[in-house]
Amino acid sequence: MNRQAQAVVLLLLGGSVLKASLSDLYLRYVKEGLRPFLIAAGVMLVAAAVATLWFEVRRPVAGHDEHDHDEHGHDEHGHDEHGHHEPRVGWFLLLPVLGLLLVAPPALGSYAASQSGTALGNAQTSDFPPLPAGDPARISVLDYASRAVFDRGLSIGDRRVELTGFLMAGPEGEQYLGRMILSCCAADARPIKVGLTGAAPSGLAPDTWVEVVGRYNERTATDTVNGETIPYLEVAEWREIPVPKQQYEG
Amino acid sequence: MTAVDQRPPEQTEKPRIRIGSVEILAVLLVLLVVFRGPVAGALSEPALATWTTVFVSVMVQATPFLVFGVALSAVIAVYVPRSFWAKALPRHPALAVPVASGAGIILPGCECGAVPIAGSLMRRGVTPAAALAFLLAAPAINPIVLASTAVAFPNNPEMVVARGVASLLVATAMGWLWLRLGRLDWIRLPHRPELDDASKGRAFWAAVRHDITHAGGFLVLGAMAAATIREFVPARWLQTLGDNPVLSVLALALLAVLLSICSEADAFVAASLSQFSLTARLAFLVVGPMVDLKLVSMQTGVFGRRFASRFAPATFAVAVLVSVLVGGVLL
Repeated sequence: MNRQAQAVVLLLLGGSVLKASLSDLYLRYVKEGLRPFLIAAGVMLVAAAVATLWFEVRRPVAGHDEHDHDEHGHDEHGHDEHGHHEPRVGWFLLLPVLGLLLVAPPALGSYAASQSGTALGNAQTSDFPPLPAGDPARISVLDYASRAVFDRGLSIGDRRVELTGFLMAGPEGEQYLGRMILSCCAADARPIKVGLTGAAPSGLAPDTWVEVVGRYNERTATDTVNGETIPYLEVAEWREIPVPKQQYEG
Repeated sequence: MTAVDQRPPEQTEKPRIRIGSVEILAVLLVLLVVFRGPVAGALSEPALATWTTVFVSVMVQATPFLVFGVALSAVIAVYVPRSFWAKALPRHPALAVPVASGAGIILPGCECGAVPIAGSLMRRGVTPAAALAFLLAAPAINPIVLASTAVAFPNNPEMVVARGVASLLVATAMGWLWLRLGRLDWIRLPHRPELDDASKGRAFWAAVRHDITHAGGFLVLGAMAAATIREFVPARWLQTLGDNPVLSVLALALLAVLLSICSEADAFVAASLSQFSLTARLAFLVVGPMVDLKLVSMQTGVFGRRFASRFAPATFAVAVLVSVLVGGVLL
């Protein structure tokens, strides 16, 4: 890969990182806090590409004038034979560009959630503050699951709560509400699962996003993947919502 | 110092008409745009879509650290004079090793940035043992990583101390081990004439361009491997290993290598592996930032295969051993 091609690849990589971080696309893959660093890295990549092209154009070549094909001749041949001066492995950088610009895969959802166990293991296990004000109280799926499992629903009491998540099927076809939590990037995403009972949504495809309103229910299930407890929510009402901007909790 | 107009001899070779990288690149891009529909369709199958999401996420997450790590390493390679390192580090290599491990605390980032920086340090005359100790310590003991460990283990603050101590010990031990057993000819730092360019600006951008394409390419390979492993390591078999103290340490150490999670996030994953002992999870946290698929891939690229094939297994063994010892004392 010669220098001009490297410059084009860097430009594409920087451009795709900028495109993802200036829109909401990056939220499918990483946390919101990374955004300024992504933008800075994108700018730096574009700058590296521009600088490379600039020095290539202005490069004084002894003996004969610069010509594209001269460039290719020696870079593909001369350098690659003397160790790896111009790195060939750089071609692989086209893959993330392809991933971000052309494919833009969706955030992890019900399939990934069903592959791993509910991740309550590291949740707060004591001292639950009172629920936020409002009826229903809007809390995260993780918050509900921790209060239901570790506090046996005491801090929830008879209050109505509203949770947002995607639908997924349990191993026996039960209706679960799922939400992925994220600490850094989707490679460390872990699911939180809550079983739905009562007037649970039915007939909707997995990965449909819903807001469910309901009360604490004592029923629990055991996650077949890791043996952790899956709490239940007695659903009173629910509605389908569009996919939210922030699909992960964290 | 090379003068500007002194070009390496191969650059004055006879022009040759060939299909060059730019033409290949153009054709590739056109093909990608034309076949975008079928490619996206094939990738919408759930398992493949998850693979793609994890792969893209690892790349997006790592890109800022790669870019800033490369920029810092280019500054070291171009602007920091050799004499600085002679003054900054103790003259005796055996003393330089612990100092370099401790210096790891000032580099807030994850492991992707540390590899090109360690390469630059060696190039600037820092003894390889010290540069390697820095390479191992920097991603594991910096303030961001320790803080995220504290957040992930709210009920076990001793985990933070254990992680810091164990990582420092491993880095220092590996540095000293290199002094005793390491051979210089295992490390093959590529020849980089552009770093001696008379124009510092041109040398800086040449180093940035080269290192991003080079280390970045290896990072892509590592990210693909990590996404593949994540897809195929069933979470269920982990469950059965949790009860055996020896197997659980080895299993989590191996898992850290395979998953290749960024060192700033691995504590949260370790915390969620609650069926394992704290010592096993400590091994996960100590091994992960030092040996993982994307790191081994990048080390192979920057230092050569002969180096990586010896250094990575040795680091793995030392890290597991030290984790067990530190875990036994502190946890």
